Amino acid sequence: MELITLSPWDLSLAALLIMALALLSFQMQLGLSRSIIIAALRTVIQLMMIGLVLKLLFATTHPGWIIFIAIIMLLAAGREVMVRQQRRFAGIQSFALGTLSLFISTVVVTVLVLTVVISADPWYTPQYAIPLLGMMFGNTMNGIALGLDRLTQTAWQQRDVIEARLILGQAPQQAIGDIRRESIRSGMIPIINAMAVAGIVSLPGMMTGQILAGANPMDAVSYQILIMFMVTTGTGVGTIFAVAMASRHLFDKRERLRLDRLQKAIV
Amino acid sequence: MLSRLQLKNITTHHVGPVDLTVAAGTSISLRGSSGSGKSLLLRAIADLDPHHGEVLLDEVACLKYSGSQWRQLVGYLPAVSQWWGDNVREHFNDDIDHPLLSIWLKILQLSGNILDAPTATLSSGERQRLALLRMLANKPQVLLLDEPTASLDPENARCVETLIADYQSQHHCAIIWVSHDPQQCQRVATRHYVIEQGKLLLQAEGTWN
Repeated sequence: MELITLSPWDLSLAALLIMALALLSFQMQLGLSRSIIIAALRTVIQLMMIGLVLKLLFATTHPGWIIFIAIIMLLAAGREVMVRQQRRFAGIQSFALGTLSLFISTVVVTVLVLTVVISADPWYTPQYAIPLLGMMFGNTMNGIALGLDRLTQTAWQQRDVIEARLILGQAPQQAIGDIRRESIRSGMIPIINAMAVAGIVSLPGMMTGQILAGANPMDAVSYQILIMFMVTTGTGVGTIFAVAMASRHLFDKRERLRLDRLQKAIV
Repeated sequence: MLSRLQLKNITTHHVGPVDLTVAAGTSISLRGSSGSGKSLLLRAIADLDPHHGEVLLDEVACLKYSGSQWRQLVGYLPAVSQWWGDNVREHFNDDIDHPLLSIWLKILQLSGNILDAPTATLSSGERQRLALLRMLANKPQVLLLDEPTASLDPENARCVETLIADYQSQHHCAIIWVSHDPQQCQRVATRHYVIEQGKLLLQAEGTWN
């Protein structure tokens, strides 16, 4: 089976769909038209660029280039985690927290899968490493952002309860324990749900792509199962790590609640 | 006499510097208009806010304890209590002294069943008295009471005063009692202070109307 190549003309027709949605949003005064168009343009430009980069990258297998691309992806995902927080730690801390959590969860799992499970030769073969990293970053980023946002928002709203528990002599991690667990849950539930409905309600994007490209459906399914397991583990580990770090940082050495370390995002 | 609670040069936000000593087994009253800094001072003593100066318990500095140890020893009762669990019992530590607690419940004219009551059904007066009990259950050495009888009728307010006096005579704790009722201040404390614009002033005898 041959892949039918999409021409720029085909994509322009698809763009009409987005334009129609933007128009609808404008008429309904949803205030989203601008965001829709900007996001659509970003999709086109960013994907075109990564397409060109991948084309160049696949021509070489120099690990330096792959590490370079991975670092750019990591930093972009770390920034995205930060800007999605309504209340975030002041200064560089917020960015560092998200990026470190992404790094630990994503890189460990991806390298493990590349070396042990897929056994590509060499293990950093870009056709495998880059798409896997991309999917890991994308999903882990969502979990971490959701978990952190929930943690800081709830701590802000329930500051009196947390302090009441501190006043009774509870240790900080006991005083914020319920909120911490709830935040981790809210970061992990979407990906667990995605696993639960995969194949019934939704056909995952990667699998669909492989099938469109002419792969044997069973091969595509195998890869999709692998991806699901990786992504869920990465999201879980990343969310647990990020929320645990952040909930520690909400208190100081004297075990006081320090919400002054958070600042409200300027929207 | 042992100086149970000692404040040296405490400064927090617009409050201070405050120097104060409360001996073991004695109480002081504290009043001041809203915004004068009463709660800020109590919060600093309980080490809930960053502050300057030193607080000592039996001549041992606050910094020698962890924050949570300190707050078990220095019991702070805020004006408004918070209830996060489904029932009252969840808000008490597990190693609670049950016989003693049932005596306390009786003094406060609360039924023993109230420990299993859902917190949503508690009246404001019940909340205030139960918040006092869950704090006393930690056996604190210092009590910082922010209007502990504000939502109680005079009879129940007297019960609270009785319980605190009993507790004080057994544990020789030092008490700072915030109250706007001059008669209550006279009943529960021997020295009387007022906070004005963040400054702590000793009230001369006979200035009470």
